Formats: sequence, C-alpha cells, structure tokens
Amino acid sequence: MYYSQFLSRVCMPHAVLLQPKESWNSSKSNDEIIVGHCTKVPRNSNLEKLRSGYLFPEISRHESEHLQKNPDASLIRLGIGDTTQPIPDTITLAMAEQVRGLSTIQGYRGYGAEQGNMALRKAIAGKFYQDMGIKANEIFVSDGAQCDISRLQMLLGSNVTVAVQDPSFPAYIDSSVVVGQAGELEEETGKYGNIIYMNCGPENDFFPDLSTIPRTDIIFLCSPNNPTGHAASWQQLKQLVEFAEANGSIIVHDSAYAAYIRDGSPRSIFAIPGAKEVAIEISSFSKFAGFTGVRLGWTVVPEELLYSNGFPVIKDFNRIVCTCFNGASNIAQAGGLACLSTDGYHDLCKVIDYYMENAKILVDGFTSLGWKVYGGKNAPYIWVHFPGMSSWNVFAEILKKTNIVTVPGRGFGPAGEEYIRVSAFGQRQNILEAIRRLNSFL
Amino acid sequence: MSLMNNLSTSMISSSSSTFLAPTSFNSRTQSVSVPLKNINIVKCVATPQEQQNAYKTKVSRNANIAKLQAGYLFPEVARRRAAHLLKYPNAQVISLGIGDTTEPIPDVITSAMSKRSHALSTLEGYSGYGAEQGEKALRAALASTFYRNLGIEDDDIFVSDGAKCDISRLQVVFGSSVTMAVQDPSYPAYVDSSVIMGQTGQFQKDVEKYGNIEYMRCTPENGFFPDLSKVARTDIIFFCSPNNPTGAAATREQLTQLVKFAKDNGSIIVYDSAYAMYMSDDNPRSIFEIPGAKEVAIETSSFSKYAGFTGVRLGWTVVPKQLLFSDGFPVAKDFNRIICTCFNGASNIAQAGGLACLSPEGLEAMQEVIGFYKENTKIIVETFNSLGFKVYGGKNAPYVWVHFPGRNSWDVFSEILEKTHIVTTPGSGFGPGGEGFIRVSAFGHRENVLEACRRFKQLYN
Repeated sequence: MYYSQFLSRVCMPHAVLLQPKESWNSSKSNDEIIVGHCTKVPRNSNLEKLRSGYLFPEISRHESEHLQKNPDASLIRLGIGDTTQPIPDTITLAMAEQVRGLSTIQGYRGYGAEQGNMALRKAIAGKFYQDMGIKANEIFVSDGAQCDISRLQMLLGSNVTVAVQDPSFPAYIDSSVVVGQAGELEEETGKYGNIIYMNCGPENDFFPDLSTIPRTDIIFLCSPNNPTGHAASWQQLKQLVEFAEANGSIIVHDSAYAAYIRDGSPRSIFAIPGAKEVAIEISSFSKFAGFTGVRLGWTVVPEELLYSNGFPVIKDFNRIVCTCFNGASNIAQAGGLACLSTDGYHDLCKVIDYYMENAKILVDGFTSLGWKVYGGKNAPYIWVHFPGMSSWNVFAEILKKTNIVTVPGRGFGPAGEEYIRVSAFGQRQNILEAIRRLNSFL
Repeated sequence: MSLMNNLSTSMISSSSSTFLAPTSFNSRTQSVSVPLKNINIVKCVATPQEQQNAYKTKVSRNANIAKLQAGYLFPEVARRRAAHLLKYPNAQVISLGIGDTTEPIPDVITSAMSKRSHALSTLEGYSGYGAEQGEKALRAALASTFYRNLGIEDDDIFVSDGAKCDISRLQVVFGSSVTMAVQDPSYPAYVDSSVIMGQTGQFQKDVEKYGNIEYMRCTPENGFFPDLSKVARTDIIFFCSPNNPTGAAATREQLTQLVKFAKDNGSIIVYDSAYAMYMSDDNPRSIFEIPGAKEVAIETSSFSKYAGFTGVRLGWTVVPKQLLFSDGFPVAKDFNRIICTCFNGASNIAQAGGLACLSPEGLEAMQEVIGFYKENTKIIVETFNSLGFKVYGGKNAPYVWVHFPGRNSWDVFSEILEKTHIVTTPGSGFGPGGEGFIRVSAFGHRENVLEACRRFKQLYN
C-alpha cells in the first residue's frame, strides 16, 4: 500500500554492483537512471496489462497523500470497506482458548486439513446451507474470498472466458487479467477485450439484462452487490441459473454480504433449484464477523458441478487447495466456529445492525441533499449518483473539502463512472459527523 | 463409507484428497494409471449410466491441472495412513511422514496471540484489514533478525500465510512463459505449482518427469548439490537449503557458484530457507549472505518449523529491490501487485505471534524446540546408521534421508508401514531422484521417536 515509486533502469549486464541504500530511496526523482544487473527473465506480460495498482491500495495512497498535505485533518474513512467494530467476546474468547491450547500437549495442533476443520465445515453447512443439499465436504475453508477468487482463477486457467458485472469488486477483473484470460485493455472504453461486462445500473435494477449477454464460460455475480448494494431477487437469480444452464456456464456467486440482507432476498445461489450443477459460491467472515484482519472465508463447490468432459470441478479445486494453500489459520477457524454458535451469531447480528443503521443514516443524509442514492438496504454500501461528473473528481473534491474518504465508482469498472461508493463501516459519531460535513459542502 | 468419513475427519491432516493410486500396495511399477479412488470426496459415486446422464457444463477442464499425475504427495501419505488404520484399528501408528510439528508452542508466543485475540474485542485494540505486505513491526523484526547487515530492508519483506502459498503466488507473478529448474529430489510444491501455472509439458512416464522442467539431480555422489555445468539455463531456479527431503545444506562455496550461475544466465533463484534455523554446520542461512545475490534471488521462509506454526500459518518472502526483470522492471513491484490482488495479508493474530517469536525470549524458546527436534533427528540417524544403512541429512535439517539401494520407495514405505506401523515418506514422491530413498521426519514426541527407532531395529536387524 505504501510502496515507493520505482525508477526507470538501464540494464547493463556487466555493471558494477550497486550499494543498495541511496539508489532506491523513494524520494529520488523519476528521471534517475539506475545502472544494475537485469535478469533475463521476461516480465509476465499479463501483469503489464494492469494499468494501475489494485483499487484499494490506491485509495490508501490518496488518503496518505492528503494527510501529508493536511496533517491536522480529521479524516473520516468511508472508503475501503473495512470493519471497525470490535469482535464480540464469545468469539475472541474462543480464539484465545484455541491459542492457549496450542501451548499444551493435548491442545497443540499442527497442520490442519487444507479444506478446513470438519467441525467448521459442518457448522457452515448447517448455518448457511440448511435444506439446500450442500454438504460439509463441499465446503472449503479459506483465508478469505479475495484469496479464493485467485485460487479459483488458477483452477479455471487462462483459456476460459469470463463475464463480470459492471461495476464490480475489482478482484474479479484483476485476477482474470493476471491469469491471462482478459485480453488487451481497450483504452477508449477502459475494458479488457476478452471480458464481457454486464452493465448494472438503475435502468435495469442493477441486474444484468441477460438477453444482451453473450455466452462466457464463467459468470461472476456478487449479491448483495459490492459496490451497488443491490441484492438479487429470487427471480433474478433463477434467471441467472437458467442462463448458465442454457449456456453451460459456471456462475461464481460472491455472497460475502449475505448477512446484510434485510428484505428476504436469497442469501445463497443454492437457494435456486439447479444451481448446484452450475454454480460455485464464495463467502467470507470478513464483513460478517469483523474478520477483515483475522482472515477467514469459504468456498462451496458442489459435487454435481462438472467440466465439459464430466470431470468434477471439486476434485481439481481440492488439488489446488492442497498444492497452493495450506489451510486457514486454526485460530481463525476456532473463531469461525464460535461465530456460528447461537450466542456468537446473535452477537454478530447486533454488529451488522449497527452498520446497517449507519447505512440508513448515510442513505437519508445523501437523499435529503437531493442526491439519487442506491443500495444501503441489503448491504453496507451506498451508491450515490453524481450525474455528468467524473467519479475520481468527485472523490477528490469530497476528500479535499470534507476530509471524507470514499471510493470513486470508476474504480469498479467503466459503468461506475458518475457514482461514488460510500461504505457504512465506522463509528456512529463519525458517520453522523460525515453527514454534517456533507451538508455544509454539498 | 461412513466409518471412512469419520476416520478421515479426525485422523488425517489432508482428508479429502482424491488420488490416483495403486489398488494394492505391491503392484506399483513405474507410474500410476488406475481408476480414481474416492475417499470422502464424492460420497455418492455415480454409476457409469448416471454419469452419462449427469448435467455437464460446457467449461473445459484446465489442461494444466489434468497434467498432474496424482494427488499432492502429503495428502496421499495421509490417505495411506488412514487406510492402514482401517486395516489395523488398534495399531499404534507413529507418524514420521508428513513434516508436521508436534511440540506445543512456547508460552511467550501464545500469550502474545492471546493478547491480540482479546484486543480485537476492544475499541482501542480492534484492527481490520492490515497491510497486505504485513505489519510494519513484524517486517522490521524479520529484517533485523534474519537479514541484519545483509542490506535487506523492511520493505523488501512480505509477510504471508506460509511458504507453500508464497510459492504459488511467485508462480503467478512469473506466469506461464518462464522455464524453471528444480532440485531432484525436491519439495513437491515447486513442480506441482509449475504444472498448474502451465510452465511445463506433459508428464513423461518413462523418466517420471514433466517436460520443460530442468531437473537438477542431487545424489550422494555429488554431495546433493547439482553439477551446474550440466544444468541447462532456465529463467527460474528453485533451491532449498537446508534441503527438504535430503537434509543437505549448501556450503558458502556452493551457493556462491549458484549465484554466479544465476548471474551468468540471467536467472532468478527462488531460495527456500524454511529450515535455516536447523543448521548445525557453518553454512549460509540466507542466500543474501552471498555477494550479488540481491540481484538474482528471492528468498522464501516460514515460521512453520521454527515456531510450530504449521497450523497457525505465517511465513515471509524477501524480494530485493535490486531484482529486475529483463526489461528493468522490478520484480518486487509485480510481487506487491499480486499480494494486493490475490491475497489480503496474514492473520493479524498469527502476526502478533510472529513478532513474539522474534523477541529475545521468543528466539530462545524457538531454539529450544528446534533443539528438541534436532535431538530426535540425531536418534533416528544413529538408529539407521547402527542398522548398516547409508544415511544422509539429519545434521542441518529435521529430515533423515535413508538409502534403500535398488528398492522401490513406495514399496519400502508400504513395508515399513505394514510391518512397523510407522509412516514415512517415499523418496520418489519428491521426484525420480528420490527413488531408492525414504524420508524420515524427526518431528514427534520423544517417546514416539524412541519407540519408532526400536521398531526399526526390530524390522531391520
């Protein structure tokens, strides 16, 4: 996140070995040419296709720069969706207990199953997939959805075609580029040539018009959606499953915000009949339990999901998990189990309520200022429309004038232009203060 | 079937992996080409008729993964262990196979993790997302503990959830168009991740090697250091020292040769130093002790075998600023991008533990546990020596590499398991250069190691 600027370099194979310190100091100007040994290893051309840093470190960078210029600024962070409320005691007590156990002969645990502790897998199945026919052995515990997305991409390989919502969580596109699926970036549209962008806006109720979407192998769908906040209805998801069935596609359904649903919309793609044959679901304890730093998530790969040659996807995913991963931390997993206990879950719902109350304040606040606001009802994100304006400019203006960090919609894809994402994580007083500042500014 | 499930859930560390395996232990010839054996993965195995009617997507299977010949090595060892326990439910199985730590984590380390856990329940102590590269204090502590005076700076260090994960992330950075070299035998993750990334050709059954990988044979004859004059140029060279599985530790001269080789060839060394703290001899513990290494090497390491963090999950990778791709672009910049996109940081609780590991008290405590495992290693070495075996390793690593000349290593593995209820790891699992060897790992409670040695003596006397 705080990575220094890099200087251009000239490679001279027999150059004198440099003393490291001064040359790589980030305060040096960009014009400096450094002489040094270059390996003959070609840079991965896929990584060259990424034009900027990952979105959220970029937001952090802007934040830091702003703070450098305004050291006394009282920053309110409604940008990166980072949880702020303490984790309920029941859960941290369970983690501390697991930790203490590690210092004893009876309680010490070494390598765990790469797929996760069976008790946790069963608890996830029982809590979230009751009556959906998802079994514990179809659940793979991980260190978070962001990591799982990339492992899924490694699984799928470079030869598959991909569709994403526009706007969408940047990891789907970025990981697709990294793995070599995405094709070239088209400067005028800001889109990668091989990716299908499924426009999601107010005009289509933030759900893609599938009749206009060409077939791709993989379809990423996030619901409740980051950044728009839209929770797909049962009907919409049924449509999607049918679309996938008709096209022989695989849906990767991101349900990281399912716990925020208030209106009875489906919390899992597997609530839809037939989904097990066409979908993978990823999810996370991050926003559900404040585990953004603790690191815990899961992916569901049903046994029924088959490649075109009949080979079960779950077998290959298992191979990836066993080869490229070594299991989530057993401490985090102990915490996860406590999250799914009656008390733990009850306490977590209270925290979610707290964030959703923040969301309501933000929705009301922006609405009363005359802005068209979306989301905020089934997700901790508000999607505010600034018609005709560049989202990075609005982001910069808001930051400069009110010291509030948001996220420019363009960061989530071309269709995010004209929008700002405001996240509802934060201390109540900061949310209220933010609204006060926005009132004066906007 | 349900008994199998119960067993696998409680017993094995890698319970649900499928594996193409011989159906009987003594029928293994060259390679495996038998039907899939489903253990706990797909409970309801469809009959051929049902499978024909089962809905299939139109998504092609990733051809790279299809190249893999079998499951990852260690889940397969675990599977065999489970099968053995089914056969002999009362057997006192002793596991000297998977290199899994067994001794409790010292209090100084767990108390820091406990403290961090509790703090997460307070307003002042709560932290959400951490820097993907790791907490500053930990990066600084790693730099000063392991890389003091080697010119490696805090921000050259990237904290992770373990070396195995880092290996794959490095492969993602390098992409499918690079060529790679590995020691033969070697830790299977290097080859397997290379196959998955699409860097390799097909598996060649006759030589048991994947096409397009340069296998650098390491044998007793060459002191387990490859004859670099015979090694073709590759972009990437994976090198592990102290070595898993052979236990060999490269000398300063050897590593200087290796760095020169990489420099001359414009290659990048990925140096795995996960066992550096087990070094008894006066060999380099970091590749960066070799002048010039910063321009040609990445180093990856782990808290797993130092602090018993195999389940806690913490490691790190060093990518020096001086390491450049052929076009001058810094490798660290791309690695950073991968970390920020494909990862979200190691667990903050594990990192708190890591920091405690590197305090003076923590380091002392780790040395004690490492000393304990080294004593185990000594006992195992002495046992096999006394039985007349040619034994390698064991001095600078917690692995003993025992030679069974002319014998198939899976057969020896099976024989040992069947006759003594001891789990080891067959050398061929680490590559064709491992054939004829067995790896015995020295992690275990003392009494189990002593008992295992008694049984070895009984079997081989």
